Amino acid sequence: MTTRGWVALSLAAAALVAAPFVVDRYLLSILLLCLIGAYLGQAWNILMGFCGLLSLGHALYLGLGAYTGAILFVKFGVGPWLGVFAAMAVAVAAASALGWLGFRFRIEGVYFSLLTIAFAEVARIGFDNWSFAGGAAGFFLPVASEAQAQWFNLRGGPYFFYYLALALAAGALALSAFLRASKLGHAWLAVREDPAAARALGVNATRVRFFALFISSAMTAVGGVYLAFWSNNLFPAQIFDMSRSIDLILAPIVGGVGTLFGPIVGAFLLVPLGEALIDILRALGLNAPGAKALVYGALLMIIIAATPNGLWPWIARKLKLEGRGA
Amino acid sequence: MSALLTATGLVKRFRGLTAVDNVSFSVEEGEVFAIIGPNGAGKTTLFNLVAGVFAPDEGEVTFAGARIDGQAPEDICKAGVARTFQIVKPFPDLSVLDNVAIGAMLRTTHMADARAHADDILRKLDLHDRRSQKAGSLTLPDRKRLEVARALATRPRLILLDEVMAGLRPTETDRMVAVLRDINRTDRLTIVMIEHVMRAVMALATRVHVLHHGASIAEGAPDAVTRDENVVRSYLGSKAGAH
Amino acid sequence: MTFPLFAEVFLKGILTGLVYGLMALGLSVIFGVVRVVNFAHGEFAVLAMYAAFVLFGLYKVDPIIASVPVAFAFFLIGYGLQRTIVQPFVTRPQHEQFILLVGLALVLVNAMLMVFGPESRQVDLPYSLDTWMIGPLMIDKVRVYGALAALVVTAALFAFFRFTLTGTAIRAAADNLVGAAVVGLDVKKLYALSFGVGLACVGAAGSIMTALTDMTPMLAPSYTLLAFTIVIVGGLGSMAGALGGGLLIGAAEAVASAAISPSMKSMVSFGLLVIVLALRPQGLFGKAES
Repeated sequence: MTTRGWVALSLAAAALVAAPFVVDRYLLSILLLCLIGAYLGQAWNILMGFCGLLSLGHALYLGLGAYTGAILFVKFGVGPWLGVFAAMAVAVAAASALGWLGFRFRIEGVYFSLLTIAFAEVARIGFDNWSFAGGAAGFFLPVASEAQAQWFNLRGGPYFFYYLALALAAGALALSAFLRASKLGHAWLAVREDPAAARALGVNATRVRFFALFISSAMTAVGGVYLAFWSNNLFPAQIFDMSRSIDLILAPIVGGVGTLFGPIVGAFLLVPLGEALIDILRALGLNAPGAKALVYGALLMIIIAATPNGLWPWIARKLKLEGRGA
Repeated sequence: MSALLTATGLVKRFRGLTAVDNVSFSVEEGEVFAIIGPNGAGKTTLFNLVAGVFAPDEGEVTFAGARIDGQAPEDICKAGVARTFQIVKPFPDLSVLDNVAIGAMLRTTHMADARAHADDILRKLDLHDRRSQKAGSLTLPDRKRLEVARALATRPRLILLDEVMAGLRPTETDRMVAVLRDINRTDRLTIVMIEHVMRAVMALATRVHVLHHGASIAEGAPDAVTRDENVVRSYLGSKAGAH
Repeated sequence: MTFPLFAEVFLKGILTGLVYGLMALGLSVIFGVVRVVNFAHGEFAVLAMYAAFVLFGLYKVDPIIASVPVAFAFFLIGYGLQRTIVQPFVTRPQHEQFILLVGLALVLVNAMLMVFGPESRQVDLPYSLDTWMIGPLMIDKVRVYGALAALVVTAALFAFFRFTLTGTAIRAAADNLVGAAVVGLDVKKLYALSFGVGLACVGAAGSIMTALTDMTPMLAPSYTLLAFTIVIVGGLGSMAGALGGGLLIGAAEAVASAAISPSMKSMVSFGLLVIVLALRPQGLFGKAES
């Protein structure tokens, strides 16, 4: 990164730390969604952007993480700081099954992507029919008032959740940067670029793909636990839905797949865009159900057509934020 | 002196077509062993059998006394056999330096050491001034050099070179020959090369093995092989006459 | 489940499966030639259902008959879509194609939501409830007509690919793109034709489906998934595979919803999908890539 890049990053970080003292609650909740979007985008980006595996079913790990954390807390009294490890374990187990099927039987390219959708759908239908976890009617966490904030049980007010989201997003960025520079990261890039050449250079493609899948799914599950405790309710039709997987991957794609800052840029563009659309359409008197999603869909088509490779590489070039080869 | 690499009775069939038909050879440590033959003779398939891309249907491959046939390509590379691809396979979106560093990290604990080693190799192969360029933007001769650099970075005991001279101009060929000769002499690196450029074969090879329709038809010193009637008829033909 | 009931359910599944197969065939033709996965496939299927619904409402056109004009209109839409929006994405990475088509899917499904509303609609055909008795088996007439129509369209398509020059050119492009370009075929035009033919399949299938089932815009994603499941089971890019996959999934879903519960039917087809992927990643009818 260039000096300008470091300055920009520091300014952005300072602004995000200071935000709760400046902005109102509505804006803060939007920033929170941006941060979570950035966090989940980083998780997906490790798998796709670094290792070249296109998962279109990341809602699977999000949902498994959310349900595991919530069920352990409500039904077994296990707090989320402990439950999050169980959530990661469950997600990694599901990822292992997917990886085993995909890598062992050489299910590659578009077939792998469709397999990820199938796994998420199976989970959605399964949870829809699992009465212990509330079935289709949903699973609820007791809502705590802000006065009874218990940070150790992830019960707290908006500031608490905001800073937690900021920590997650910052942590994911740091982890991504670390991994990208590591031997494992280089092995991922090699496998992404050309698996046969990577193997000829001694890279165990199957093993490093599994690592990418494990790290990505575990990170996504952590995001799931966060969402469960933040929103207090879970519905299979929402958390496991295909549209959730799509939402999750839009930010890194629009921001720039395989880049460190792409997921962040994408999230900070798309989340406010979605919110602004509601206001704009309301102002225009277009508040029919579906109008927002229709315009959103059209905007997606325009953005993806206009910015191949995503926004970040373009921004970084224009503002001279990154050195060569970054 | 015992052989470093031995292939015994290798057979590989694709849907009834026998691509490699009972081929045996052995390569001594420190040798430059060339495999020549017309297009479609099964040379690259033979390399793929040695490098672990395919397991042979029959026969075996041993390297440094251990069986390697049927092992995964990455394990064979770890054992000390590196290879280049005839149809070059750079990591196009990564820098030239990273391309080579990925090869080098096989034998290093830290990326920094891998980069340092990659730097040395790039210098040796005249690619150092292009090291921060993306590999996808290299010209074909540079890509061929990158293939060799990446394979060398894995610090092999034996390197399989698949037509690394193809597409190079005569001066570039001579330069590559000099580089390979240097690595062969100073680092005692054993070289097995598939090559059509006879000028390079004659300059480098200690022995030549000729394949035709998947089968071996001759083996021996370069001078002897190029005078062999079978070889001249089936492969060298007019080419030999032109020299 | 008694045997006659099983046979009845199974037969019903096969008949519906023929229509599913036609829909999946569209996805397969597009992927086979253009190498783009149409993630808006189910949305087009539902759009065709509404088209047939409107034609029925305005002119009392039987949806099965309407499959002809709807297919033709969808051919034109597909041709135009490939020429304008999709063509620049042919060489773009798969995830960018995905976003483009998901965007298109969002536009389609929400446009339908705004025009037709979220409530479920159906057409009441005079023979909707008629049945035939074959021995102890009770068969819906409308399902038989629908299956026959799907068969006719499919047969016409096979004839197109086998006997016409354009069809042969498309198959050549699917087989070997570079080769097709070398011998002077206009690849972009073949792509557009293929996308057109692919959407014509969905158009016909959706139209026929209008006679068999209710419609709501919300059904679109599940049809997309259904089409994916079918083509993967049958073999992506294989025409016979799409049809075979349609029959298999149609029968499996019908039996599963009768024997276990309707909500489990997709579970069963995903189970089939996983088994097929594990045993034959290229699909039941697909050719192994070497």
